[in-house]
Amino acid sequence: MQPTNRSSRILLPVKLWFVYLSLIVALGLEYIPTGRTPGIPDWVALVLAIWCVREPQRIGMGAGFVLGLLVDVGQGAAMGQHALAYVVLAYLANGAARRVMWFPLLQQALHFLPLFVLTQALMLAVRLLAGAEFPGWSYFLSSLSSTALWAPLSMLLLLPQYQPVDRDDNRPI
Amino acid sequence: MSLVGHKTPPIFKRGLTPVTRLSVFVAICLVLLVADLRFRYLEVVRNALSVVTYPLQMAAAKPADFVRNASRYFATLVEVQLENAELRRDHLTTGERLLRFELLEKENAQLRELLGMSQRIDVKSVAADILYNAPDPFARKVILDRGAQQGVEAGLAVIDAKGVVGQVTRVHPVQSEVTLLTDRNQSIPVSVLRNGVRGVLFGTGRGRLEMRFVLADADIREGDRLVTSGLDGIFVPGLPVADVTMVDRSSDAFARIDCEPLADIDTSVQVLVIGRTAYPPPPPAPDQER
Repeated sequence: MQPTNRSSRILLPVKLWFVYLSLIVALGLEYIPTGRTPGIPDWVALVLAIWCVREPQRIGMGAGFVLGLLVDVGQGAAMGQHALAYVVLAYLANGAARRVMWFPLLQQALHFLPLFVLTQALMLAVRLLAGAEFPGWSYFLSSLSSTALWAPLSMLLLLPQYQPVDRDDNRPI
Repeated sequence: MSLVGHKTPPIFKRGLTPVTRLSVFVAICLVLLVADLRFRYLEVVRNALSVVTYPLQMAAAKPADFVRNASRYFATLVEVQLENAELRRDHLTTGERLLRFELLEKENAQLRELLGMSQRIDVKSVAADILYNAPDPFARKVILDRGAQQGVEAGLAVIDAKGVVGQVTRVHPVQSEVTLLTDRNQSIPVSVLRNGVRGVLFGTGRGRLEMRFVLADADIREGDRLVTSGLDGIFVPGLPVADVTMVDRSSDAFARIDCEPLADIDTSVQVLVIGRTAYPPPPPAPDQER
């Protein structure tokens, strides 16, 4: 697999334990108590979307559902609120994987801004239907910060795959 | 459409198609949501899953703890001295009032005994610190550093030095979740201190409270003090809750009564979880043959 489809660099295959580890770390970041501060990125959605694009065969709606439930429990939100949003996000990200891989990282991020907004809008709709208060438009700032982190985080998560097993300067891997 | 955009060749079966799987997952989520929000069936599932999430949550709370402690460490000496002086003054005045209160309590107990009335209820309390606001942006909740192990139960009232802050709605082993009075789904039965008119106080979600279902000609004025009535059988009666700031009697049947909470709901740090030691017997079942 390449960093993007236009790149001539060939990456090592991903290690599955690293994927799961990164998702668990994202879950931990999600649990950091930041209160009502607007603009905190949705770490789990971000990492989940990245792996849904990179490894559509392995990470998808099932992972989204489980992670969503764990976020719901940890945050004291309604059961199924994040699960629903992440399942839809994983479905759309899996579907967009082939197309998005033709773009450089910054344009990939732009593809995912509407998906993150949709994720948040789903959660908003669920809670408003249940009679909660509207948290204000600054709620959607979180999508913007998630989008801004797409490129750096993608590079960070791909770093282990750039490491060759044994070093050889004449080889593209 | 397959997972990655091509029709699946029959030799590479990958189970259900993505659309089917999406529908199945969405259906499960909707069932969960209804079961949780409408019927509150899922507390068991929540508790079971929280066993998994708890270590991660504890680890994630460490940075927040660090920031809190660091800011406390760097509070200047002058600030602490000023605060200490103020607390000493407060302590003196409250101590004097407490002395009189004990006397009155004894007198009250004797009088009640003379009249053959039941004694006032016993009260238990747990002191707690507010750790942080709950991360759910759709509700006004805070997390306390005391839980089931310290005797906190769901339903207890949470007060600060000035009045009621909220109610414990979910209890974990060493933490608990408090829904603030200003949350839209929170309500508290109150009575007017001046004349005992009863009503129910609801949060509006905008930092204000509203007393609903009070008849337009009820005797309530601006500036009236509202205290818990205790009629719900859960709250301790007589805790100060709010002051009436506006009464609008122009609508048809019910008055519109705006209230201002007495407690520093958004800023208080130290709180007291307070509740009854014994609950009153359940109300008789409504007559079936009516």
